[in-house]
Amino acid sequence: MIEFHLDVRSGVSPYLQVVQQVRQALRLGLLREGDQLPTVKDVVARLAINPNTVLKAYRELEHDGLVAARPGVGTFVTRTLADASLAAHGPLRQDLRRWLAKARLAGLDDESIEALFMTTFRTAAQENIA
Amino acid sequence: MTAVLRARALGKKYQRRWALTDCTLEIPAGHVTGLVGPNGAGKSTLLNLAAGMLTPTAGTIEVCGGRPGSGPAQLAKVGYVAQDTPTYARLTVSDHLRLGARLNPSWDDALARRRIERLGLDPNQRAGKLSGGQRAQLALTLGLAKRPELLILDEPVAALDPLARREVLQDLMEAVAEHGLSVVLSSHLVADLERVCDHLIVLVTSQVEITGEIDGLLATHHRLVGPRRDIATLPADQHVISASHTDRQTTLIIRTEAPILDPAWTVSTIGLEDLVLAYMGRTARVGSGSGSGRRPALEVLR
Amino acid sequence: MIWLAWRQFRGQAMAVYGLLAVLVVILVITGPPLPGSGVARLTSAEDKVYNAGIMLVYGLPAIIGIFWGAPLVTRELEAGTYRLAWNQTVTRTRWLATKLALTGLAAATAAGLLSLAVTWWAGSIDAASQPSTLAHVVSVTGADAFASRVSPPVFGARGIVPVGYAVFAFVLGVAAGILLRRTVLAMAVTLAVFVAVQVAVLFAVRPYVIPAAQDTIPITSANISKLGVSGSGGVAELAVAGPRGAWVLAAETVDAAGQAVTAPPWTATCVMPPRQVSETHPVPSQECFAKLSALGYRQLVTYQPASRFWALQGIETAIFLTLSALLTWLCIRWTRTRLP
Repeated sequence: MIEFHLDVRSGVSPYLQVVQQVRQALRLGLLREGDQLPTVKDVVARLAINPNTVLKAYRELEHDGLVAARPGVGTFVTRTLADASLAAHGPLRQDLRRWLAKARLAGLDDESIEALFMTTFRTAAQENIA
Repeated sequence: MTAVLRARALGKKYQRRWALTDCTLEIPAGHVTGLVGPNGAGKSTLLNLAAGMLTPTAGTIEVCGGRPGSGPAQLAKVGYVAQDTPTYARLTVSDHLRLGARLNPSWDDALARRRIERLGLDPNQRAGKLSGGQRAQLALTLGLAKRPELLILDEPVAALDPLARREVLQDLMEAVAEHGLSVVLSSHLVADLERVCDHLIVLVTSQVEITGEIDGLLATHHRLVGPRRDIATLPADQHVISASHTDRQTTLIIRTEAPILDPAWTVSTIGLEDLVLAYMGRTARVGSGSGSGRRPALEVLR
Repeated sequence: MIWLAWRQFRGQAMAVYGLLAVLVVILVITGPPLPGSGVARLTSAEDKVYNAGIMLVYGLPAIIGIFWGAPLVTRELEAGTYRLAWNQTVTRTRWLATKLALTGLAAATAAGLLSLAVTWWAGSIDAASQPSTLAHVVSVTGADAFASRVSPPVFGARGIVPVGYAVFAFVLGVAAGILLRRTVLAMAVTLAVFVAVQVAVLFAVRPYVIPAAQDTIPITSANISKLGVSGSGGVAELAVAGPRGAWVLAAETVDAAGQAVTAPPWTATCVMPPRQVSETHPVPSQECFAKLSALGYRQLVTYQPASRFWALQGIETAIFLTLSALLTWLCIRWTRTRLP
């Protein structure tokens, strides 16, 4: 069982924070297949957040095939993220290193690289949502 | 989606001053709806109208399918925890539970006793001797144990310290999760509302500025920063909520359903607090100008 | 709802009923004076109890109006607790009606009990009350100090009218509270209006609800009760005792033709020779009265006879209860439309 926490100042909506914390736990192996997520009532009573927020987060996780709700029992982890993506990390890191070298060659300093990466990342993420 | 509260052209006048004018809104059932706005914007008036404590001067209001305060059946459906959470100072905690049990056919005594026990309240304590937080919890217990379809809370946590505030909201949210009741609460603590609400109404100078699901509102509002430009040149589907200019730069908060394609803008998301402040500030500015300036701004919004 | 109304009211109820119990015990212990004796002569202690009884029966309705009536709603308005009460599954109308019925009933019972006790205690005095005459004063000192029970102030402190007063004062207090919304202000207004209504009823209603009886009575040495002499030696004032136990509303001297006149100036010196105080003087000379009578002078007395006591009590109680019912209706209406 994991415990959620909420950072209101982060600018990330509460439901996304819940989703991210579950994914993080899955990725780090804190949650395994068959583990139960806290009930909506428990999360709500602990964090003082809206039940619909938790439901929405759980629905999204269910939609992603990570968890499954068993009516009257609870929500359980059906898949872990730990190994699925780890294998892909190596090649991606290689690509990124090559891109960073190119950026430095073009004369960008650390801050410029970070700003460029973040704006591109956000724009891409938004286009995906849209 | 069924509406738990439906107001049409609702207005309330005290002597000569209108506390609420032309308020048209729908609050969907099964949600926790936050009502924000500056002091004197008409929040309490709207909630009092919904609870049947006041009768409208103009327009209509329908709560849980009936006219507020119209009879016992209607009263049973709506719980109301008034501002400053009034309790009978000379009655004990257990007297209050008895009051609830005697006056409400739908009273859930087990729930009430469980809550009082968990809160650690002494049943023989007089309500007048309770702390503000304990009194708020007692009033909330009365509201919850009545098992209403809609619970209305007017600034339930305004007078409480952060710990008591968190506890009240935790209990409230737990009850929402457990019993699936709809909640409408007013507050000017936007951080609290961001946690507990999924629906929002911004009320400024007795008028509804914007209403909608919070996630939807946050997804359709953006902060644009870019080189200085005239806001009249923006695409028609981008509604400006607030704008500020320096000699080089323009910063806007806009509402739009469509993606923002203009590469000149740096687009960022905004938090609920910024969104609420943008709406409050906008009306304050527009309102201070000529009266005719106000109407078009509202038209744009709708 | 009855439970809540009682729970909120029981402290005040116990205060008033506790006091009432003490009073009744005092009355029972002292017991009614002059059992069986036909002569009304009281010890000073008995005299105090007699007067205190009248004051208390008048005072209780005022106290009820001020301390039960006025705060009934204002207390809830001032503390904000009406917002709690009105959001239970009980309509405002039922909320107010229950409070009014319970407290109103308690008010009627309290006033009824006190009036019953005082009426019982003072029964023999009321029965022995004699019209005050000069002759009587001379023969039995101190025996005539008591008004008949149909005349003020005794009338309002006997029988069933105190019940009407109490219910009216209570509802008046509630109505004042609903209109003014301030406890202290409502208390003051309740007292002022209640006293004003009592005075108005005494002077403008009670004498006329049943057309008064009129009699012409010969002026005799036995029934003359007052003789005022003016500076010039003429008669300023002349009165005779009315019928036994009656409430005399007006009296005037009429001549043989039935015209209102003042008694001829010689009456003054004839009835009461100068420098002689009535107490030490023997019975006034009979010739004077014979002469007056022969000349056709008589007293025309307008009065409410003693036999109408219960009819007047019934009518006045009904008037106050009707006013109370009207105020109750207004209270319920105002609670729906004017509050909060």
